[in-house]
Amino acid sequence: MKKGPKLIIKNLSLSFEESIIRKISLDVNEGEIVSIIGPSGCGKSTLFNVISGILKQDDGVIKIDGLEEKQRQGKFGYMFQEPLLFPWLKVLDNIMLGFEIKGLEKNQVKIEALDLLKKFNLFEYSNFYPNNLSGGMKQKVALLRTIAFNSNILLLDEPFGSLDAITRSSLHLYLLEIWKKLKLSIIFTTHDIREAIFLSDRVYVLSKKPANVADCIKINLPRPRKIADLTSPKFVEMEKKLMSLL
Amino acid sequence: MKQHIFPILFGFLVLLTWQFSVSFFHIEQWILPSPIQIIDSFWQSRSLIFFHLVPTIFEASIGLIGAIFISIFIAILMERSQVMKKIIYPFLIISQTIPFIILAPLLTLWFGFGLLPKIIIIALVCFFPITINLFDGFQGVDPSILRLLNSMGANQKQIFRLVKWPASLPAFFSGLRIAAAYSILGAVVSEWMGADRGLGILLIRSTKSYLTDRVFAVIGIITILSIVSVLIVEIIARLSIPWHFNKLRVKS
Ligand SMILES: Nc1ncnc2c1ncn2[C@@H]1O[C@H](COP(=O)(O)OP(=O)(O)OP(=O)(O)O)[C@@H](O)[C@H]1O
Ligand SMILES: [Mg+2]
Repeated sequence: MKKGPKLIIKNLSLSFEESIIRKISLDVNEGEIVSIIGPSGCGKSTLFNVISGILKQDDGVIKIDGLEEKQRQGKFGYMFQEPLLFPWLKVLDNIMLGFEIKGLEKNQVKIEALDLLKKFNLFEYSNFYPNNLSGGMKQKVALLRTIAFNSNILLLDEPFGSLDAITRSSLHLYLLEIWKKLKLSIIFTTHDIREAIFLSDRVYVLSKKPANVADCIKINLPRPRKIADLTSPKFVEMEKKLMSLL
Repeated sequence: MKQHIFPILFGFLVLLTWQFSVSFFHIEQWILPSPIQIIDSFWQSRSLIFFHLVPTIFEASIGLIGAIFISIFIAILMERSQVMKKIIYPFLIISQTIPFIILAPLLTLWFGFGLLPKIIIIALVCFFPITINLFDGFQGVDPSILRLLNSMGANQKQIFRLVKWPASLPAFFSGLRIAAAYSILGAVVSEWMGADRGLGILLIRSTKSYLTDRVFAVIGIITILSIVSVLIVEIIARLSIPWHFNKLRVKS
């Protein structure tokens, strides 16, 4: 029997003074990476705030594993557009944050956090304060903190937006490695078409504000993805197609 | 070290000029003693000064510690309850404009010459900068961080413990630094109202006896005491919020 999607969003709407999100429907299958691209200010971050439960939708339904969820705080690993690491906590303690909020036992939490740092090559930075890390490092730590929240659905809001091209490309591979090892379902937003194609199984294209799904493109590149894919004819073709949609 | 050399040199020059002017113009000792006479007087009356130093330090410390506890309590109260904030905050701002020192005679009237009125004065003087800084610290927490905790499903208690409190510590210590200097000032002035021991009373007695060199010596000790108390706060701050200081270093 085929399993239903991990996350279903149906006819989601939200307005402040004006309509920001209008009847967005999308879904994410288990183990899938889905990206959302759209013009700046169209409502991507707002959409994530609604999905994560920080904002309440005016209308629409959100289902996780087929069940409607009204109280969604704590159900997703949500990484904000800014890294938002706590400057008063060392890297290790920043990563333990999610566990701590869930009220897990401190020693066990530490073991898990250290394990995560080891697994994803940040162990030697455990005792650094965030202010002593480079931008790319901060982003890695923020990513691990999101993962340490132990949710198998991640919402990543422009996770690599503020980074230079080289760091960004290394972090793409980093994310793919994490995704594969931990079998996660991921939705992320980006302005970068190439990033969207390189990482995702499907790309949702949003319209200008009020945000609405303009199109959804399936990316038929084989996995595991490699840097060389970026220049393959298939990739370029998809890039052209998405360009025309924006 | 290099940036300290000029002020030190300048200070030395001032002392030297002072020393020579006093002997050159034959200024009477009871008007302006020379630096050497002041140091000499300090050495002569060192046990007397020490005798009076102890209660001043004691009063200042108790008053300051009391102020810290009250401030933390009030700031948290205002942070937790909007109603409390609306009631207390205006008074806090108005109270800033009252120099609490002027209440000293009144408190002496009510509580006599003992320890209590002095500690109350000191606590009143120190209370404001700590409370207001701490509360502003609570209010100034990055709203995105609060949203992040909200998305994780954190409760109010966790938000306070994990974010609001640590994020406000730098502001708390800025308030404490000011309060520490005020505590010495408060102790000295409250002793003027009446006491049998304390640097404030030694200062008054020395003035009345025209022992100007000792007046200067006591003023010097009070100044040093203020500086030391601020330094102690600074050291505690550096130990307890190292992350705040290494941020400053990276920036500059
Ligand atoms: N709390 C709010 N009240 C009113 N309007 C808001 C609020 N939050 C966001 N908006 C508006 O909603 C719109 C969408 O903002 P949002 O941050 O979601 O866009 P975005 O797609 O994430 O932009 P970017 O790509 O620049 O990150 C903007 O026009 C913004 O002004
Ligand atoms: Mg955004």
